[in-house]
Amino acid sequence: MTPNSLPASAPAPVQPVAQPANQPAAHGACATCVHARHDALRRLGVRAEAADFVVALLGNPNTGKSTVFNALTGLRQHVGNWPGKTVSRAEGAFETDGKKYRIVDLPGCYSLCSSSHHEEIARDFILFGGPDVTVVVVDATRLERNLVIVLQTLEITGRVVVALNLMDEAKRRGLSVDARALSRRLGIPVVPMAARHGKGIDDLLAAIVSVATGAYETNPHRVHYGNGRLTARLEPIMRQLEQLFPGLPNTRWVALRLLDKDHSMIQAVREGTLGNIEAMTARVMPRLDTDALQDDQPALVPEERS
Amino acid sequence: MQPLIQTENPTPVGATTLDRLALHQAGRILALGLEGAERRRLLDLGFVPGARIEVELENPLGNPRAFRVLGGVVALRTEQAARITIALENPAS
Amino acid sequence: MSTTIGAPGGNHEAPDLLGMVESARDGYGDALADDAMEAYYAEANKITSEVVDAQGRHQGLSFDRRLDRILTSRIWGFPAMILLLWGVLWLTVAGANVPSAMLATLTMEHGYNLLHAAANFLGAPGWLSGFLIDGVYLGAAWVFSVMLPPMAIFFPLFTMLEDFGYLPRVAFNLDRLFHKAGAHGKQALSMMMGLGCNAAGIVSTRIIDSPRERLIAILTNNFSICNGRWPTLILIGTIFLGALAPAGLGSLVAATSVVATCLLGVAFTFLVSAVLSRTVLRGETSTFSLELPPYRPPRIMQTLYTSLIDRTLLVLWRALIMAAPAGGIIWLISNITVADQSIAAHLIAFLSPAGWLLGLNGVILLAYVVAIPANEIIIPTILMLTLTIAIKDPSLAGMAQAGVMTEFADGNLVRRILTAGGWTTLTGINLMLFCLLHNPCSTTILTIWKETRSAKWTALATLLPLLLGIAVCATIAALVRLTS
Ligand SMILES: Nc1nc2c(ncn2[C@@H]2O[C@H](COP(=O)(O)OP(=O)(O)OP(=O)(O)O)[C@@H](O)[C@H]2O)c(=O)[nH]1
Ligand SMILES: [Mg+2]
Repeated sequence: MTPNSLPASAPAPVQPVAQPANQPAAHGACATCVHARHDALRRLGVRAEAADFVVALLGNPNTGKSTVFNALTGLRQHVGNWPGKTVSRAEGAFETDGKKYRIVDLPGCYSLCSSSHHEEIARDFILFGGPDVTVVVVDATRLERNLVIVLQTLEITGRVVVALNLMDEAKRRGLSVDARALSRRLGIPVVPMAARHGKGIDDLLAAIVSVATGAYETNPHRVHYGNGRLTARLEPIMRQLEQLFPGLPNTRWVALRLLDKDHSMIQAVREGTLGNIEAMTARVMPRLDTDALQDDQPALVPEERS
Repeated sequence: MQPLIQTENPTPVGATTLDRLALHQAGRILALGLEGAERRRLLDLGFVPGARIEVELENPLGNPRAFRVLGGVVALRTEQAARITIALENPAS
Repeated sequence: MSTTIGAPGGNHEAPDLLGMVESARDGYGDALADDAMEAYYAEANKITSEVVDAQGRHQGLSFDRRLDRILTSRIWGFPAMILLLWGVLWLTVAGANVPSAMLATLTMEHGYNLLHAAANFLGAPGWLSGFLIDGVYLGAAWVFSVMLPPMAIFFPLFTMLEDFGYLPRVAFNLDRLFHKAGAHGKQALSMMMGLGCNAAGIVSTRIIDSPRERLIAILTNNFSICNGRWPTLILIGTIFLGALAPAGLGSLVAATSVVATCLLGVAFTFLVSAVLSRTVLRGETSTFSLELPPYRPPRIMQTLYTSLIDRTLLVLWRALIMAAPAGGIIWLISNITVADQSIAAHLIAFLSPAGWLLGLNGVILLAYVVAIPANEIIIPTILMLTLTIAIKDPSLAGMAQAGVMTEFADGNLVRRILTAGGWTTLTGINLMLFCLLHNPCSTTILTIWKETRSAKWTALATLLPLLLGIAVCATIAALVRLTS
């Protein structure tokens, strides 16, 4: 499959707007539908029960996830100009086109492979929380490093939207990012925005809706590890995984995580619950469902205590 | 279009470690001499072999220092910087 | 998604798979996962080179660079931190006076008189109007007028520094000192969050990965003066130290005394961290990596608006749920008489020797007991108790009832009340120290327990600052008495 071609069958996919966000939105079919949706946005604050879709906000620290979250829910999640401001999950909701969306603001993480505690909260939610759409908020001024987590997310789920945030700063720094080309390259919608100034929120909303409802069929780009030692070692593990857990999606990602000694994956293999979304979710759900402040943090047990 | 990181290295004048670079001196990362979680953390932050790196800031006590790498500015302690091997950038370029 | 995947009830073939993974790692270890990381970066690099036009990629950085070179410089790095803290506090001290006076007039003169007139008109019995108006209402009104103005100034200013991006620079500057104390540089961030609220500071320690260093950060967070304590320091600093300065310099001296207390808290943070990391929390130091974001212009109007709305609502809410009941309790213990004396008088008499030893007095200690739920109500409690119990001067004793509180804001009345209650400069200074060094509020204690799930660490975090406070205050009191 060629990552450069969008499925022609997708009915009127919402084309990401490629202009810098500080210019007026393009006029045309897309702009119209965007505005129709905008009128329908109802910020629901914390009333997140009985939602039709779940949206996760993922991305490097300090890229504007909480800012986007606030814009969509009308809540006032704390925002601050330093990495690590958000350390637990926050949930809110919005409604558009008669559908209700639960949206989850996650702590920032540099990659889905790291295992610092607040980063695991984010990763676990993407892996087991079953989001319908994952919005990866990306810093346009540090695109290269930010793309790593986008590519990793695309290994786990194809239902991804990239929010190309901080376009105002990119412009000030003389960087211009071709959102349309990026979207073609990744096979997913890419929305340029400046969330702090309210720019691009409407387009992001439109992209979330079209991916959630399936109106935009993504064609997720997958990274090739080449033909080296890694691929040679991954393949038998992937075959074994397919045998043990038939129907398991993302065997390559799971195999890679096992090779990297990922504890929660190894535990899931031991318990035989790997890929059984319900069992795995049941294990993490108490953590994910209750107030993050109370329960997502296991006891701190330094050596000295025993 | 110009890539943010040139993939081919300019002729390295010599290999050294990141802690020995002077303030504002630049180089290219050759290797990370760290293991496990620490190695993963540095890779996450953009300390990847091949990337251009520049000593951006020194704190009032001289340690930690902050480095500009992959468009970001990241602070590391000297002990960590000492584990990162650098090829000095050709001063002419 | 199919739910039939996965073998039910454990998996006997799992060891094969895990063994296979183990042997695949043989000889390579982490290098295999590195290969994947390299593949991601190579791809990211390729894509970036295709979609980013980086013609002027260093443009627009010169401001950040220049500013950073000042704010982290050998000469200016530390002075800049102190100067910014001092500036924020001076603006708070100088700016809070007038609004405090206005709120006091509004609540304690107009509101108070109106309520009493209404009570008289309705023919309410004296004990009822006393309990509700002189107790519950006055407690809430004191909190509102003493606490709200300083917080409404301090918070927007602090938030603007945070939005600007100064906080990670402080962590960068201080890391060496934290490292020497066996702690983590990101503790500077949780310490600064603690300047707003210690409970928030405790939660923010999650950014520290090492459990050992995180516990150090949790145990020392209470040395950051929180929003419930700033106004106490500001008020006492103003009326006991600011008043000693020549006219016009009062607010400068007051701000300096508050900054000094805050810096003393930072010194205790380092000291106690160092002691902990060499005793109960010994262990390896971890690594430090922190991204320094670009400076971003703070949005002044929005910050003002949200801080004001958020803070006002919060203060009002806390005033209602904490101060109102406390006001009621104070009225009750001051007015219920047992064996010729009110309960409050008995308690104060009982606590007085200990208070004397600490260079404080029985009223202050009783106030700290009543105020365990929230630090905000310390000053109001002290003033209400002093007015009703400790003052023998009839012209002042009548005041709480008469509701003549309008002189309050220039500090003169509070000063008169407290001096009449037997306060000296030593009492003022020791109260400031005790305000810095005492047990955390109930919310913070609960948060520490939630984050650590350990009774032992929660108890240590609670008692450690209290014992330090007792030791420091007693030492100073003894020294002053010996030398004078
Ligand atoms: N200039 C500019 N600043 C932005 C934009 N979006 C967010 N910011 C600022 O970036 C900083 C970080 O924003 P947050 O929303 O807290 O970022 P976050 O991703 O939630 O950060 P963490 O919780 O630490 O992971 C804040 O100072 C925001 O005001 C934008 O589009 N343009
Ligand atoms: Mg956030």
